[in-house]
Amino acid sequence: MTTKPSIRTENLTIRFGGHAAVNNVTCAFHPGELTVIVGPNGAGKTTWFNLVSGQLRPSEGRVVLGERDITALSPSGRARAGIGRAFQLTTLFPKLSVFENVRLAVQARAGQGHRLFIKAAKLPGLADKAMHFLEQTNLASVADLPAAALPHGDQRKLEVAMLLAMEPDIFMFDEPTAGMSVDEAPVILDLIARIKEDKARTVLLVEHKMDVVRALADRIVVLHNGELVTDGEPAEVMALDLVREIYLGVGADEVA
Amino acid sequence: MTMAHQHAAAAKTQRPSLTKTQNWPGRLVVYGAVALIGLALAFAPFLFPDVRSQEVAARICVFIVLVASYDLLIGYTGIVSFAHTMFFGLGAYGTAMALKTMGPGFEAILLGGGAGVVAALLLALLIGLLSLRVKAIFFAMVTLSAASVMMVLASQLSDFTGGEDGITYSIPKLFSPATELLTDADGKALRVFGVALNGKLALYYFVFLSALALFLTMTRIVASPLGSVLKAIRENEMRAEAIGYRVVFYRTTIFCIAAIMAASAGILRAVWLKYTGPEVVLSFDIMIDILLMVVIGGMGTMLGAVIGVALMTLAQYYLKDLMALGAEATANLPVVPDLLNPERWLLWLGLGFILLVYFFPSGIAGTLMGKGGSK
Repeated sequence: MTTKPSIRTENLTIRFGGHAAVNNVTCAFHPGELTVIVGPNGAGKTTWFNLVSGQLRPSEGRVVLGERDITALSPSGRARAGIGRAFQLTTLFPKLSVFENVRLAVQARAGQGHRLFIKAAKLPGLADKAMHFLEQTNLASVADLPAAALPHGDQRKLEVAMLLAMEPDIFMFDEPTAGMSVDEAPVILDLIARIKEDKARTVLLVEHKMDVVRALADRIVVLHNGELVTDGEPAEVMALDLVREIYLGVGADEVA
Repeated sequence: MTMAHQHAAAAKTQRPSLTKTQNWPGRLVVYGAVALIGLALAFAPFLFPDVRSQEVAARICVFIVLVASYDLLIGYTGIVSFAHTMFFGLGAYGTAMALKTMGPGFEAILLGGGAGVVAALLLALLIGLLSLRVKAIFFAMVTLSAASVMMVLASQLSDFTGGEDGITYSIPKLFSPATELLTDADGKALRVFGVALNGKLALYYFVFLSALALFLTMTRIVASPLGSVLKAIRENEMRAEAIGYRVVFYRTTIFCIAAIMAASAGILRAVWLKYTGPEVVLSFDIMIDILLMVVIGGMGTMLGAVIGVALMTLAQYYLKDLMALGAEATANLPVVPDLLNPERWLLWLGLGFILLVYFFPSGIAGTLMGKGGSK
């Protein structure tokens, strides 16, 4: 890869008590590349994500965004620096409307949140932009419902809409299609595929479903017991006996 | 899955503003009640000219500011603080001490009240920065201890604060009942609808208009981008942080704004009463009143503050009278007059609260408007 990495982790480690949930993970990601992080449950995928987006602080190692060491930055600081994250367990603003959920993300991106003496509804462009992302995710029709009233699949879509609304450089998806019905998932996968068309963006995706991995991945990183096991082209990685073993250990149906 | 799609399709045909139109009868009731209370307060000196009613009206004005500013914390941001009377007291004591030492002038109100507001702001900033990072329960404890310290200080530093007795002082001459704003042919205060246009009237409208301005400022704040972030923090702090809002900054900011508002309410209270003491501005009884008013009115609604304050203040002042009337009217019946004995007014007040909370779990405005925790 000739381009400079947009984000990398160096010897990233976090220990809970004596247990290293993520152990010495070093890897770099490049713009225009979609990397899928796979591994069995408890492999440390989500923990590693938390270290990158700032919800957890590492015991050792660094997170570097471009040239900048962001290890000490808060989650909000990292969001403003261009790291966007959608969560595995849906975490919305439940009583606020679907529209307001997205508008808040747009407002954060625009850096307008501290303003006191203007009506939020009157901030130019913010509402239109929020509607745009809702249309992209097929949520425009439910814009006025409270987020908590949406069916599970739509809540997942809202997660994605909020991530899009942040307009980050680094997109982090944690199992975006988990719990979605078979005909809802393609909408999201299509969106993710379109994100990576913009060559300035880097996409990281934690995913279990092997068909999703095959369809989207430019590269696969395999974590196991908190350690990076393999990192390479999808065809290469999927062919490895080690990977088959790890996955066969959890559920043979997922590999097939 | 098909259910979800049908649901989405149904919603599509009903757009726009599903949630807003849904609760329109409730909204109408709330807006109507608030408009009524607002009008009653605006014309209180002419509608209810007796001294006691004046006191009630002025107290309602001041407490609307105090309770609405508390709603900014507990209702909009989810911050539980017990230090609200401390800020209220700082504004009141600042004004009182300046009026006592500098004499009854507007510069004393401006200087003393200003000092009180600045002190409240600095104290809020300190408490906010030091402890808004910690868990809600610890923050509540910190504010509780700060408020206790302030009460001890107020009673111990009696050279400055008058101790438990408080401070009595005069207010600017413009506000004295002897001052005639407009005179008639005989040189007496002009009467409009039988009410003399004197200094007492000027004082009431000073309190009313100041309270109105402060309340409108707060309604503006909750509709601002900052207000929208506060609601996001209340709903899901972690997510607000994750989309790029520095939660500690926003919490500290609103804690400071609420402190300034409470201290300003304290200034109004001090000027109106011509007396400031621990009982009327610092006591935990007032803190509990504030909590009850915000819960009864509806947290996170702003308008709930108006309804909660009006309802509870009226109950506190007039329930006894009402019961005395009831007891008299039913004097010939068995048991009933005993139940309605004015000495049992607290029992009925408590019963009223329980019923209100039962039938309006999100407060009156909150439940009627479908806001807040009614799920």
